[in-house]
Order: sequence, then structure tokens, then C-alpha cells
Amino acid sequence: MTHHDAADGVSTPPDLPDVAGGPDDAPLLQLVTPAGARVTTPETDAYRERVAHLDAAALRGLYRDMVLTRRFDDEATSLQRQGELGLFAQSKGQEAAQIGSGRALAPQDYVFPSYREHGVSHVRGIDPTARLRLFRGVDHGGWDPTEHNVHLYTLVIGSHALHATGYAMGVQRDGLVGSGDPGRDTAVVTYFGDGATSQGDVNEALVFAAVNNAPVVFFCQNNQWAISEPTTKQSRVPLYRRGGGFGIPSVRVDGNDVLACYAVTAEALERARTGGGPTFVEAFTYRMGAHTTSDDPTKYRSRAQEEYWRRRDPIDRLENLLRAEGAWDDAFAADVAAEADALGERLRDEVRALAAPDPSTMFDHVYATPNAVVEREKAWFADYQQSFEEPAAEVAR
Amino acid sequence: MSETKTLTLARAINEGLRRSLENDPKVLLMGEDIGALGGVFRVTDGLQKDFGEDRVVDTPLAESGILGTAIGLALRGYRPVCEIQFDGFIFPAYDQITTQLAKMGYRSGGKLQVPVVIRVPYGGGIGAVEHHSESPEALFAHTAGLRVVSPSTPQDAFTMIQEAIASPDPVLFFEPKGRYWEKGPVAASGRGEGSTVLDRAQVVRPGTDLTLVAYGPTVATALRVAAAAEQEGRSIEVVDLRSISPLDTATVVESVRRTGRCVVVHEAPTYLGSGAEVAARVTEECFYSLEAPVLRVGGFHTPYPVAKIEHDYLPSLDRVLDAVDRAFAF
Ligand SMILES: Cc1ncc(C[n+]2csc(CCOP(=O)(O)OP(=O)(O)O)c2C)c(N)n1
Repeated sequence: MTHHDAADGVSTPPDLPDVAGGPDDAPLLQLVTPAGARVTTPETDAYRERVAHLDAAALRGLYRDMVLTRRFDDEATSLQRQGELGLFAQSKGQEAAQIGSGRALAPQDYVFPSYREHGVSHVRGIDPTARLRLFRGVDHGGWDPTEHNVHLYTLVIGSHALHATGYAMGVQRDGLVGSGDPGRDTAVVTYFGDGATSQGDVNEALVFAAVNNAPVVFFCQNNQWAISEPTTKQSRVPLYRRGGGFGIPSVRVDGNDVLACYAVTAEALERARTGGGPTFVEAFTYRMGAHTTSDDPTKYRSRAQEEYWRRRDPIDRLENLLRAEGAWDDAFAADVAAEADALGERLRDEVRALAAPDPSTMFDHVYATPNAVVEREKAWFADYQQSFEEPAAEVAR
Repeated sequence: MSETKTLTLARAINEGLRRSLENDPKVLLMGEDIGALGGVFRVTDGLQKDFGEDRVVDTPLAESGILGTAIGLALRGYRPVCEIQFDGFIFPAYDQITTQLAKMGYRSGGKLQVPVVIRVPYGGGIGAVEHHSESPEALFAHTAGLRVVSPSTPQDAFTMIQEAIASPDPVLFFEPKGRYWEKGPVAASGRGEGSTVLDRAQVVRPGTDLTLVAYGPTVATALRVAAAAEQEGRSIEVVDLRSISPLDTATVVESVRRTGRCVVVHEAPTYLGSGAEVAARVTEECFYSLEAPVLRVGGFHTPYPVAKIEHDYLPSLDRVLDAVDRAFAF
């Protein structure tokens, strides 16, 4: 595949050693160094063109997206600690991968996320409180997928890669690929982790996407950990190399470089929309937090590793770039901080106000048509509930 | 050299696994995150440290892969004990379990044995998100060739896991995750009373007026119901099935013939669930002893609901007492 050739041409930055013990022997496409300098090698020319239109204001927009996503994570984590959420899965550390790829999407594109795609959800305009309904245990979904072109979070690892592929096959059948109209042509993107690449479903999705030339982008966020297992427990080769075996152009990108993530996704989406078929993207990043709020990473990974990656925080990198290019100003930073504070406050209020649904709603939407079994049970449950309410009401009187 | 300790149910399984690993070099554990982390519920805590990465294996994140390779290992003489991280994640392996594992012995005319154990934390009440609270035992019990069991106490957990591993048949070992942290005495002597323990129901509380049949997480609920009913002068017998497949019909029938009433309790949906099988057997065999129809209390014919209302779905003390009242009202 010419594509990994292009990526292979980019040399590994010296400050990204393999500290995770993961397969890190392949170079990463990078457009901005951790210190905030633009990478200007000839190999990156094509990718640099894809972000050339992003002016200072646009870069500040990406920064804002990342900061708000980070605040969303921090706030949700403390809400979980206060018992307001049953569980939470942070996207902390993965903001560049999510915002970069998410901002490359066109409105008509369709997203199939896993369960920590809060940055992507932010970009697609999903209300932050709605995103926490699942984690609070008041809803299995939280938003209308058709309104945002974002499917619901999927908890069964890898299942949705097949849904994305099938959806893309539908898009293709509908004539929305290669029509030449960029406002109509549509791509589908699915997000999953490094662990997910071991699932049969993900491998089957790659098979279906390849043989159907489906307009789907497989966006693997290799955050180096599947709960406690490092990527070496899933693969002996860098994950992007898997794509080649399926006949799918594949690229490995520095997942902490928001511009590089934007560029590779834009390229992959264009390929999909113009009839070039699927792309596999491995965004090499790091999960800075725990797997979820029930996880204890001290059992399996070192402080040194966490510290190493803390120093490669994707938000800091963009700040460095903004500063290096004279696009940073303190008033802007203060604005973003104030907006983040407001988001935090709003989340605290709104999440606490999310009440449990009426228990009888558990019988709703099990089927689209009336169902005798469900109706009988629902009626029984109503009577049963009533049997408590009557004496209670008498007491109140 | 019997020695009794107080252990949580999770710890009792850990001790049982440790015994099995010590006693039989062919036993190996496999699953996601079972090594350094000790499993998400810490049931395998410390075992990789003591037995090494070859015997306590962190597998790739692939349930079909875990079960499929376990079948191959079993064909080669090993005794794999697979951990499925949560009930709702067993389905990628469902094909391997039901089409392959369950039928190997049968297809080979008994020439092959596949002694694979599948440990599944199951059931609800822990405030989890979807796919983390389900009770899919009936789906497996419906497949011939699989044994399906669930312990309710630390003692049974300790003994039954060892029996399951020693069994030449594949065993689905459903662990009541909501009870993992409940403590009880464990007499850590030997392997128990042989294979009978694995599929013999047990009367865990004697009574004369009604038989409550439960297993796994609902045994504790049933005991609370029996204690509450005693206040109203009702004597309730509680039978812990332990095994859902096969079913120890004899113990249940003997009990219901004496009490004349029967209520079956489980967390899984009642519709076509294991309680339906118990009710049908009891009706067939105890018809002339019954004072009331056999009643069932369980989950509804809905997906497992969101955490904030799961207590309205689960068979609570009140819902079981309501069924007990109805049984006495006939
Ligand atoms: C089929 C299935 N098996 C197991 C799990 C339990 N589980 C939840 S997340 C996870 C690790 C996922 O790792 P990865 O795919 O790398 O994604 P990440 O969480 O790191 O983003 C596991 C094992 C699950 N959700 N689904």
C-alpha cells in the first residue's frame, strides 16, 4: 500500500521511545512536534496541505474543543466520585485524536463511536449532559443518533465496526459515494481501541469493508492499554500494519498531534467519499486516566510511564504551537478557561437534576409493535406498584 | 486437616482456583485482565504472580478466541478455566460454546472430552451500565452438553469451582457478582463430597408451608423472605438449586410434596426462563400435593433496564413476599 509507505517515510521523533512496551517500531506521521514546531519534511507535504487552511482562529478553535473536552472529563470524573454517576470512562489524553478526526468530518458523515468518544461527541454537538445519561444510569443511549449523525455509544467491544461497515455499504447503495458533489458524498467513521482489534467483529468488518470497497474509516485510537493489557497482548506488529493484510490503505499517526490527526482523517474521508474505499488509521496516543472510574491502573502500569505521557499532553502541544506562531493570547486563554468553568458548573447542576425514569418506562420500546408478553407484565407491574401506593397515600392523609 | 476461614465469595473462588492450579498441572486460567490486575473483580488476584504467565494467561480481547482456543487446549489434555469479564460479553463466544464446546463429546461418540470451565460474573444490583448485569443462564441450560451451575455461598463457591474444573464435561460457572463481597465460612478441606456437590440442590432452610426455589444471587433474598414470613407465622423452606442444568428435580419435588406450595425466584426474565422448567416439573410430579399453582418471580421480558430503576426489575424482598402471599391466597 502506498499509504504506509508515505507514513513510513516519516522518521520517528526521538522523544517518543517505546515506554509502553507496545509495538512502537513504526514511525508516526507528525505535523507538530511536542515542543510545538511544525514538521516540514517533504514526506509530510501532502498532509500539510490538508491543514494549510486552518488559520490561527481555527487552531484556537481546536484548542478550545480540546480544553472543553478535558473539562468534561474532569467534571464527570468528580461527579462519579461524588456518587452522581455509576461509572465514567474518560477521554483524557485522547483529545487530539478525537478533535482532530472529528473536525475533519462533514456534517453528512456518520459516526459509530465506542464509549469514550466524548471529544467526537462534542464536535458533533451532542449535549454534554446527554452524554452522561448512560453513565448516570437513567438511559441506555442519551441522544437521537439521527439528529447528530452519531450512533449511540457501544459497550460491546468492536460490535459497532460491523455496523459502521454495513451503514457505509448502505451509503454506497444510495449513490452517495463518488457523485462528485462534496455536499452529498458521505463517509462513515468508526472509533475503537487497540484491544478491539483482537475481536472477530473488527476483523470481519475489515473484510466486509475491503471486499465491498465501503466508504468507511476505521479510526483505531491506540491508547496503549485495554484495561490492564498493553498492546503487546493484542498484536506483534504495529496495529496499522494489520490494515494492509486486508487490502486496506493504512496509516499510523501521532495521536497527540491534533493537526496530524485532522490531516490523515481528512485524507481518509476524501478517499471514502470519492469511491476509494476504506482506510485504517492507527492514532498512537495514551490513555492518561484510568480505564474507567472502577479501574486501578497502579496495579499494572508505572508512574514513570504516566509521567512520560503527561509531559506529552496533546493540549500542551497545541498551546506550544499557538505560542510559537504568535497565535496565543492570554485573553483568549482566559475566555476558554471561563467557558470551561461554565461547562463544569452546568454539568454539575444538570447531572444532579437527571432523575430516575418512571420504572414503568422499562416496558417501553422493547418492541415496535404491541407485544402480549410485555403488555401482560407491564399491567402486572402497574397493579403491583399500585398495591404500595394506596396505603402510603392513606398514611399521608 | 480441616481449617475453617471466613472468606468473601470472590476470595473463596480465588482459593478454589488456587487449589486446582496446585493440584493439577494441566489446569490453566485464561481471560482478559486476569493477570496483573487479577480480573476486574479481583477473583484471580495474585494467581499470576504465584503460578506464572503460562498458567494464568492474559488473553487478547476476543471472547470467541478465548473459547475457541480453550477447546483446542482441552483437546490436547489441558483443563482451561476461562473468565468472561461480564455476562453481556459472553455472546461473541456463544457460537463456540453452543455449536462446538457443547457437542464435541457427542459428535465423537464419547472419544473426545472438552473439560472447559467458563466463569461468568452475572446478575445485577451493582448499578452498572448495560451488558454488565444480565443473567443469560437459561440460554446455556437450553443447550445439551453443557452443565450450568451457580454457587450462592463462599463454601459452595470454593467447592463447586474445584468440582467444575475436575468435571470432564464443559461447565458454565455463573458467579453472582452482586454477592462477591459477602462473607461466609469456608472449610478448606479437600475437594468436598465428590461430583455430587456440583449438581445436588440443597435445602438451605427447612420449612413446612411453602418451598422457595432459588439459586445464585437470589438464595440470599429467599432466606430474607423466609425470615420475614416467619414473623407472619409462615414456615418457608428454601432450596438452593446450585445447578440449573442438570436440575436436581428430586430434591425440589420432595420438598414441594411436603409443603404443597412452590415459588421459584431468579433474576433472569421469567419468560422461558429456568423457573419455567422448575414449575413444569413440579406441576407434573407434585400435582396432587399442590395447594396453589407454582409461581415465578424474576426479571421481565425487557432488556435489563438502566441502573436507576434496576431494583424494580430485580426480584426484591417485596416482590417475592407478594408471590408468597398469592400462593397462600389460593
Ligand atoms: C466483548 C467485550 N468484552 C469485554 C469487555 C470489557 N471491556 C470493556 S473495555 C475493555 C478494554 C477495551 O480496550 P480497547 O479496545 O483498547 O479500548 P479502550 O478502552 O482502551 O479505549 C474491556 C476488556 C467489553 N466491553 N466487551
